[in-house]
Amino acid sequence: MEHPALKYFRKERLPHVWCAGCGTGQIFHYTVKAIEELGLEPDRVVWVSGIGCSGRIGAYWIGDNMHTLHGRPLAFATGIKLARPELKVVVHGGDGDLASIGGNHLIHAARRNVGLVAICVNNFNYGMTGGQVSPTTPLGSTTMTTPYGNDEPPFDLCGLVASAGATYVARWTTAHARPAINSIKKALQKDGFSFIEIVSQCVTTYGRRNRLGDGPQMMRTFQRMSVSREQAAKMSAEELGGRIVIGEFVDRERPEFSAMKGELIKRARGE
Amino acid sequence: MPQSQALKGLDYLQGNEALVEGAISAGCRFFAGYPITPSNEISERMSWRLPQVGGIFVQGEDELASIAMVIGASWGGLKAMTATSGPGFSLMQEGIGYACITETPCVIVDIQRCAPGQGIATKGQQGDMMQARWGTHGDHEIIALAPASVQEMFDLAVEAFNLSETYRVPCLMMAEEIVAHMRDKVRLRDPCELQLRDRKRPESPPGKPIDFHQPEDEAGIPPMPRFGDGYRIAVSAFSRNRMGYPITDKELHGRLLRRLSNKILKNIDAIARFESAFLDDADVVVVSYGTPARSAKSAVKAAREEGVKAGYVRPITIWPFHHEKLRALCGRAKEVIAVEMNLGQIAGEVEKAVACNARTSLVSSPGVEPPTPWEILSKIREVA
Repeated sequence: MEHPALKYFRKERLPHVWCAGCGTGQIFHYTVKAIEELGLEPDRVVWVSGIGCSGRIGAYWIGDNMHTLHGRPLAFATGIKLARPELKVVVHGGDGDLASIGGNHLIHAARRNVGLVAICVNNFNYGMTGGQVSPTTPLGSTTMTTPYGNDEPPFDLCGLVASAGATYVARWTTAHARPAINSIKKALQKDGFSFIEIVSQCVTTYGRRNRLGDGPQMMRTFQRMSVSREQAAKMSAEELGGRIVIGEFVDRERPEFSAMKGELIKRARGE
Repeated sequence: MPQSQALKGLDYLQGNEALVEGAISAGCRFFAGYPITPSNEISERMSWRLPQVGGIFVQGEDELASIAMVIGASWGGLKAMTATSGPGFSLMQEGIGYACITETPCVIVDIQRCAPGQGIATKGQQGDMMQARWGTHGDHEIIALAPASVQEMFDLAVEAFNLSETYRVPCLMMAEEIVAHMRDKVRLRDPCELQLRDRKRPESPPGKPIDFHQPEDEAGIPPMPRFGDGYRIAVSAFSRNRMGYPITDKELHGRLLRRLSNKILKNIDAIARFESAFLDDADVVVVSYGTPARSAKSAVKAAREEGVKAGYVRPITIWPFHHEKLRALCGRAKEVIAVEMNLGQIAGEVEKAVACNARTSLVSSPGVEPPTPWEILSKIREVA
């Protein structure tokens, strides 16, 4: 029997590049599952990705896809969405891709409310390049460029994107398959910028250097360390240390960017 | 009254404004750019004009985003453009490399200003000519045009889109502040008479495997589908095989690299254009492009009046540089003078082209103003 996600995967490209135990493939699966459950036509969904392990997600998608520059997938996707507003555009990026080199594009895509579904594979480090520190690496963690422990505090990406204006913001981990799929489904139906952070296990670099075990072990840790947004609200900063706050943070409506451009054209033409 | 179509007829415009009208007449319907002097009139007019013709204007959060949006919009099927100046052009180089390897048609305008660094933001220079050639990473061929008048800001904008669409390559408009801010009478040509060219689309319907990425023919230009039309295309900046998938093989990488170069080099006769005058019996030829060519032309005329057999060549297409054609145009001249508004960039190409037949020299200006006709004339007298 074939894996159910394979009909959305460019099979001729197997084997894929991801390490054994990596969470990136799960996030591919969650995305196609959401598309399948919504009954979306694959030819109407363009996948865009940046550079790094997460950058490969889009390139395996059976439909149109664009593997872009490091940090810039949201900007490329904005161009695509404006040119073809009728298409669904899904962007996958990593924590380095979306929050570091592409941080500016992230806040501006949220501010403009471009109708994109942005999924951030947060694996706490730059896996593809060998495991360097990223803007989401927890304080004290060991990476290839923080041999004495990370001395920079990490970003709260969901808080950042929420305050920049996104219409849908959620955080899950790879251990929360069903809620993650449901969030992607919701995001695909929203008319605006949706951001879903999925905390994902990097076994080979981040996990190994911090002695976090294999894939299933890391997922169990994610599950144990996760607290819902509602629970977190009752906890002190001290109690929240090292915890992953999961749930939906924003779900609101605002005019979408490509639709606003359409309105502007009508105004300029005196229609 | 909103003009829902391209403008036609005579007008009196600034170079930057004429360029916008040329782009719109060529079918440009997407513009993304970030403010930078002295290119701002382009985005300002685009923000006003594009919506009138049903196009989309975005002010990007930076130049990196602007070029990325342009490339994305091009794959969405729109003719797309950005405009900037030196420092912003440097930021766009990453995206230009992406456009080269993915064969994305797009037009990038660089209104050059005095550089390096902040330089003099409000004064012109031709300091980015080599950045246009080699600014982005890796081996590649690119097309770059150098307008010398307000009329050419319009005409070459049209040509830039035509070339970019035909060869699926980024096309650079290497103007400078002087021609960008010059005001002159300009004929806005009727789009019906412009012979616009569009990228080749796949002929077969979706569903069949089509060679989007690597035609057999070494100088082939593959058809370009649009996102959302069912062709299920994988666009990537990886070196690729015929399916568009990443490779690490020397043979395949070499084939891709050579095809990307050859599609330009094998068509250099069709791409590269020159303007020339008084060449038949010329002993001294002055080679200049862009605004300085205006000084060069009057110097050559003045020299002729003095009885010096001087000639004039203006490469309109700077990249690919057509060395053979320039050598042929310079004919038997024993002296060739390059004139440019930098410390000598294209002069090296002129030398490469004619050094076997002629002695070469340079009249240059560091920017702010082009070399004057008098400076050029005294050089002509000196070498004649």
